[in-house]
Amino acid sequence: MKVIVDRDLCQGHGVCESEAPGVFQVSKKGVLEILDATPAEERRAEVEAAVRFCPTHALRIEED
Amino acid sequence: MTTDVGLREPPQVSGGDDAHGHLEELRHDPIGLMRRVRTECGDVGQFRLADREVVLLTGAEANELFFRAPEEVLDQAEAYPFMTPIFGTGVVFDAPPERRREMLHNQALRDKFMRGHAATIADEVEAMVGAWGDAGTIDLLDWFAELTIYTSSACLIGHKFRGELDRRFAELYHDLERGTDAIAYVDPYAPIDSFRRRDAARLGLVELVQEIMDRRSAGPAATDEDRDLLDVLMSIRDEDGSLRFSTDMVTGMFISMMFAGHHTTSGTAAWTLIELLRHPDELAAVQAELGELYAHGEEVSYQALRDMPRLEAAIKEALRLHPPLILVLRVAKEALEVQGIHIEPGKLVGASPAVSNRIAEDFPDPDAFVPTRYLEPRVEDRANPWTWIPFGAGRHRCVGAPFAMMQLKAIFSVLLRHWDFELALEPEAYRNDHSKMVVQLAQPCPAHYRRRGVEAGTS
Repeated sequence: MKVIVDRDLCQGHGVCESEAPGVFQVSKKGVLEILDATPAEERRAEVEAAVRFCPTHALRIEED
Repeated sequence: MTTDVGLREPPQVSGGDDAHGHLEELRHDPIGLMRRVRTECGDVGQFRLADREVVLLTGAEANELFFRAPEEVLDQAEAYPFMTPIFGTGVVFDAPPERRREMLHNQALRDKFMRGHAATIADEVEAMVGAWGDAGTIDLLDWFAELTIYTSSACLIGHKFRGELDRRFAELYHDLERGTDAIAYVDPYAPIDSFRRRDAARLGLVELVQEIMDRRSAGPAATDEDRDLLDVLMSIRDEDGSLRFSTDMVTGMFISMMFAGHHTTSGTAAWTLIELLRHPDELAAVQAELGELYAHGEEVSYQALRDMPRLEAAIKEALRLHPPLILVLRVAKEALEVQGIHIEPGKLVGASPAVSNRIAEDFPDPDAFVPTRYLEPRVEDRANPWTWIPFGAGRHRCVGAPFAMMQLKAIFSVLLRHWDFELALEPEAYRNDHSKMVVQLAQPCPAHYRRRGVEAGTS
């Protein structure tokens, strides 16, 4: 699984970081950094929650 | 920049033969005007506002272009001349997306502060219903407008500042919001009553803030625990020792911080309640959901951040049918092309939540209140990211949207668990007043309340 962010939409709310801390990190300036663009399968639930609860719908998962 | 051969000019909607074009129609029936643009012209059509052409975009494809456009192409700063007299000069209306991101992070809207805000909001609702008897009548506009002055001042500026406010602040703030007549597109200082009241209200707010600042200066210094944004602003001095921010500027900053979240949340709360009372089955579903979620004494501060599918769906449907902003505007800084149509620089370009939210292809039975359209598998908000746009979309999407949803969930978590409501007028009598750019419920808009478990006639 691959995590894709639409930079036009991301506003840096930080919900993804709360849902999947090792995968997403939002800097003090509100810039999202993807720490793990291809997370392991056991993290799927967290990553899916991050995608689902992103307030701007900026995230999606692309399957391999 | 040259126009490509083959590009057309935007088709013009009918009407607008006055000197100010469609201004009068926009002041009386803006939604009727904007719907006619779509009916007559399609996704891209044009009306005239005083000496400016407004190109109105509707539908997913045109909206996506609108909401994805960067600042250099579609600029927001100059599009709302009616806001300058409200905020005051020197207070920016909007910042570029990068700066907004930073502000979001440094400010109170960040995800990690939400739980504290939910507790604050629940307390503010409790305080206001604490003044109720077992039964009575409220005006929905006045009541929710006052509540959201307290919640937004407490969450965005600080508890201490909130504690220094009373009804007077809410009433003056309301006069500011009423001072948004579209005549501002001709002259933001035109000699009309609502603009005079607006200017008097702003002076009144500066006076209230001055009184608060005087009391603080005379009192003991703020402690670390109760220090709020006003203390911070009052502590910043220029090299010569004078205060960096005048009372007028501080007031302007507070007005602008509270503006986006005030009439919008207040109106949505009122419309959610009205629609639920118009649809008793939906109200019952929401109440059953709340009953389950709070069955074991859970705190609102915890639950308001969790899933509440039925209540969220009711709020979303109230937002779709009665979006607080019916028209969002930008100024074209460069030439644009939309669906083979040329938009010249300098024109206003608009998107309309009121029209796009009711496109029948995306939202079957578009005029009906159907909260279940947000439940699986339909999820019509997510399925239509460019036409379900009560919060806008893209890079300028309302940064306060998660805060607003949490706030509304917290408000109804208190109200609907302990109180029963009833519309005091015919259900269809409630409507919005569209005579100002800031849309509000038309008054009178009364509703009766009764404490749950108290029999009718016993109060």
